[in-house]
Amino acid sequence: MASSPVARATGRVAVPVLGLFWLAVTTVPFLFMVMTSFKSQQESFSSSVWALPEALDLVNYNDVLSGPFLTYFKNSVMVVVISVLLIMLISSMAAFAFARMRFRFNEAIFGLIVAGMIVPIHITLVPIYLMTRQLGLYDSQFALIGPYVATSLPISVFILTEFMRQIPKELEEAARLDGCGPFAIFFKVFLPLSGPGLSTIAIYNGIMLWNEFIFAYVLTSSTGTRTLPLAIWDYQGQYTANIPAILTVVTLTSLPLVVAYAFGQEKIVKGMMAGSLKG
Amino acid sequence: MTLTDIVTRPAEGGAGGAALSLRTLAPAIFLAPAILMLAVYLLYPLVDSFRLSLLDWNGLGSDARFVGLDNWKKLASDTLFWEAAWNNILLAVFSVLVQMPIALVLAVVLDNAGRGSRILKILYFLPLLMSSVALGVLFKYFYDVTFGPLNAILDFVGLGYLAQDWLGDTRLALGAVIAVVCWQYIPFYMVLFMAGLASFPAEISEAAKLDGASETTIFWKMKLPHLKGTIRTAVVLSVIGALRYFDLIYVMTGGGPEGASELMATYMYRNVFSSFQLGYGSTVASGMFIIVILIASVLLRFSKRYETEV
Repeated sequence: MASSPVARATGRVAVPVLGLFWLAVTTVPFLFMVMTSFKSQQESFSSSVWALPEALDLVNYNDVLSGPFLTYFKNSVMVVVISVLLIMLISSMAAFAFARMRFRFNEAIFGLIVAGMIVPIHITLVPIYLMTRQLGLYDSQFALIGPYVATSLPISVFILTEFMRQIPKELEEAARLDGCGPFAIFFKVFLPLSGPGLSTIAIYNGIMLWNEFIFAYVLTSSTGTRTLPLAIWDYQGQYTANIPAILTVVTLTSLPLVVAYAFGQEKIVKGMMAGSLKG
Repeated sequence: MTLTDIVTRPAEGGAGGAALSLRTLAPAIFLAPAILMLAVYLLYPLVDSFRLSLLDWNGLGSDARFVGLDNWKKLASDTLFWEAAWNNILLAVFSVLVQMPIALVLAVVLDNAGRGSRILKILYFLPLLMSSVALGVLFKYFYDVTFGPLNAILDFVGLGYLAQDWLGDTRLALGAVIAVVCWQYIPFYMVLFMAGLASFPAEISEAAKLDGASETTIFWKMKLPHLKGTIRTAVVLSVIGALRYFDLIYVMTGGGPEGASELMATYMYRNVFSSFQLGYGSTVASGMFIIVILIASVLLRFSKRYETEV
């Protein structure tokens, strides 16, 4: 007998019970969020938390979307796209050097950069705030790009270096025989072959930066320059007691990633797990 | 080493001076952008923070005054800072104690859930896509005394007497925010453990079953030891994350009530941007940096030593 019938029966009951229990734990806060976003302010005070919205009321969505919400959205897209492209270029160049070139202190420099992963970014906050003011970048979307790229580099360089070390040496040798220099080898051989590594760092950093709060909070101050996580913060200050309106903003800001997730769950889960390399 | 190696070598020698200098310069060119970015936005601020920690400055005028180690002496005896640091430690300890067992149980559940496991995994993962500001605001209302669903749920299941002012009570606030941190990160560790479980060789568990071992025995005696390395990684990650925590707690409680959920990072923020003490705020940030690096290096060394032993 492999396992006793009692144990097997327990397993058969425990697995779905625990599985569904955690599903409830995960989804109840989201259900509360979406349901409340369809209620009017009046309704949210008077009816029970669990009452379904009286009607599929889109008033909150209409209110929020007719405000500056789309500006926040546009700023987020711009800052994240530029940052992620720069991260991909800069970290793949560095990774190529670490993975394939012989030079003095190769290992030591690599070690130092990777150690950057455990630095708490909060220590950089005040100096970067002062520097940004001095550079005249304060309260512009460009203020965020520098810190975003720099703080994403350690983990990205680490992932891409590991990845490029796996690329067979023969391909590089063949390109060299054809007369390619280091730049041609990098752009024609390594970049095209690093697709999976690049997509991992694009997904991981893209999500992290899309949700980034503290730099955006400190380095920008007006609606015209702020990103989506700040939209939640600003609306919260503005609507105070209008819980449905605030939760509408929360729902709307979460929507883009949820939609992306619907299209590529496996890739996004895999990309997010790149965070497990930290340390 | 290989045939191509031998063939290419003469070509390198004959490439001439220009090509040679390009070759020696190439590493510098490839590394320059990364090193420049890190020097400007990571290394310089790090050093600058220690410099600022020696000043008495409100950050606005040019009246910065050099006060030497005064700020550091103040930090050493600042009970608010040490209470915040202690809260970081509590956050770290409870993160590990709550997240690891639940994540492990869920990983085992999904490992046995058959066809449903894929969809469950996808749904469990959702909290990780949310920004901590979104979650902070969402849970602020979730915990709300009068309108929040949590007290309504307790009421519904007959535990109404447990209803509380979760974020307004000094004894409960820290626990309430730790619960949200755990809620968000448990699926992350679950996926990590699932990968660990999936790498356990199926032949070994088949063989053990033939020898009469039960599933339970296989789990405790074989699979769990197999996961040791993964669990260690998870603990290190969770502790380092907890020591640097800011967003969610800042949004939910701002460190309150009465400092009950204050962390090193929220305390730093308050000093700089609410009390305009840039000098002392930088001392707090630098102190936090030292504490995080110390604990992280001890943990990493500790976990690496085990790694080589196993």
